[in-house]
Amino acid sequence: MFGAQVTALSPPSVDYTAMLPVLIVLGAAAVGVLLEAFVPRHLRWSVQVTVSLVALAGAGIALGAYVPGAPAQGVTTMVDTLAIDAPALFLWGTLLALSFVALLFIAERTVEPGGAFVSQAALRGAAGAGGSVSTREPETTGGRDGAAPADGARGMQTEIFPLTLFALGGMMTFVAANDLLTMFIALEVLSLPLYLMCGLARRRRLLSQESAVKYFLLGAFASAFFLYGLALLYGYAGSVRLGDIATAAAGSDRSDTLLFAGFGLLVVGLLFKGSVGPFHAWTPDVYQGAPTSVTGFMAACTKVAAFGAMLRVLYVGFEGVSWEWRGILWAVAIVSMAVGAVLGLTQRDVKRMIAYSSIAHAGFLVIGVMTLSDSGLAATMFYLLAYGFTTLAAFAVVSLVRDADGEATDLSSWAGLAKRSPLIAGVFTFLLLALAGIPLTSGFVGKFVVFSAALGEGLAPLVVLALVFSAVAAFYYLRVVVVMYFSEPAAGGASVTVPGAFTTVTIAAGTIVTLLLGIYPGFALEWAGAGGFAF
Amino acid sequence: MTPEYYLLLSALLFSIGAVGVLVRRNAIVVFMCIELMLNSVNLSLVTFARIEGTLDGQVMAFFVMVVAAAEVVVGLAIIMSIFRTRRSASIDDTNLLKY
Repeated sequence: MFGAQVTALSPPSVDYTAMLPVLIVLGAAAVGVLLEAFVPRHLRWSVQVTVSLVALAGAGIALGAYVPGAPAQGVTTMVDTLAIDAPALFLWGTLLALSFVALLFIAERTVEPGGAFVSQAALRGAAGAGGSVSTREPETTGGRDGAAPADGARGMQTEIFPLTLFALGGMMTFVAANDLLTMFIALEVLSLPLYLMCGLARRRRLLSQESAVKYFLLGAFASAFFLYGLALLYGYAGSVRLGDIATAAAGSDRSDTLLFAGFGLLVVGLLFKGSVGPFHAWTPDVYQGAPTSVTGFMAACTKVAAFGAMLRVLYVGFEGVSWEWRGILWAVAIVSMAVGAVLGLTQRDVKRMIAYSSIAHAGFLVIGVMTLSDSGLAATMFYLLAYGFTTLAAFAVVSLVRDADGEATDLSSWAGLAKRSPLIAGVFTFLLLALAGIPLTSGFVGKFVVFSAALGEGLAPLVVLALVFSAVAAFYYLRVVVVMYFSEPAAGGASVTVPGAFTTVTIAAGTIVTLLLGIYPGFALEWAGAGGFAF
Repeated sequence: MTPEYYLLLSALLFSIGAVGVLVRRNAIVVFMCIELMLNSVNLSLVTFARIEGTLDGQVMAFFVMVVAAAEVVVGLAIIMSIFRTRRSASIDDTNLLKY
């Protein structure tokens, strides 16, 4: 190991059974890239959708087969770089279920004829492929230009499916990573495809491309911080394994500056991905500009991945020095809840409003992470599962409300929607109530378990603030309900498109899970509380 | 030889990169500043590996290089696609999404 001394290398032992779900997902993503090259264009959509869905189902079956026999304390494999323990298995299940539903939403082709994605990523924003620069739209309507009608026949960019699988593979590795280098690589594997997916909307090309640029530049900036944190912690502990960092922090003569500077930078990178508090600046823009199905995937799955990794880093690596960083996370949680709740009040765009709601929810999740107790761990993971399904279904409903220009996300065009489509308005009301945390929905149970875990750990002032901000946020959810039910429909307002089978399944699954977890949360809570981290 | 100087140099380069991201207006230059940040981290990693006397940090530097290369591919593709639409790589012009 030292310097020039060369020791015989032995191959690492790999627990293929435990890793199988990740291997299936990443393998299918690689196959998807090959299909893109060799399958004729008119067949690609059906082949890619089949391969992706079969892969996700297969990964789910592999996971389901592994879980009952899994060692209770978890295993670490690949030279301890992956820890496949109870939290990792729960988060894998959550990610696979959410991605399966999100993939159906992404594959939808009937709501927007030909699919929500551009046929070639290089297509310009100006109307049609042949639009010259001089036809650039004025700033106010710059996002309004649709693709030329002929474009609809040319199908959609099917590369979206392998990209989704790569992002999912990165997320699954991210929540199981037992050392910071693996975590950094997984962070990039999950982020890079997401940057690209944001820029692929068929309509409103400029908004979509702009959101991709913003997400990319800010995301790369944040991952540079994560990486510098990694380097400083390596300097502190001599290793990037979370367990070794915890040991070093418990008794080391090294400078604490390295430890705390490294920790701070690392956490900034993680908080950015979870769109928390002061690091949320990208969230509203990206959620609004990205294709709605990608926004749904991102809102649900990225949050699960980011908070899963944050739980592992804080519980395994930095529990011993928690008195040093708890104060900072207090501030972060408060800022996040305040920003999400207060700025959400001023939004006129439904997608932007849900983005601010996700920032407020990130604040609640930080409270769950801060508890550092087993009940807090289970509560946070349950909250992630519940929130993921609710927000995914909410974005699926948003994608159905359309006018001549495509999706009508401005709140004014939602006026009187309940008179025209009572069913969709009812479903959306239910989902908004779940986001607000009304009883009989998963949102209520999630908030209840997180807040009671926090109360048990002496975080009472934070819980009181969280309740206040929940009430503030409930105001803007209810405003949408009021607009849908008690306003007169505006002339030329939006109408609800009849969803295709895929989007119907997405909305139905999201709504049913939201209801089930609200009435019978026991099963999911039990699984979430099955055990702690291995390291 | 005092390795600490290299750590200071690396911190300085990282700060220059971070300030560059915040003040520069051209997307390509912003991106170059991010690359500077990543490479300054490499310098830190190698220096720490030297201090520790292990090879881990040097191996990590290779991983970072691969990631940085992948990021260039994705980043330039995104910047180029918006440049084709707008004929401008200034991030001040990408202002349709706000508030």
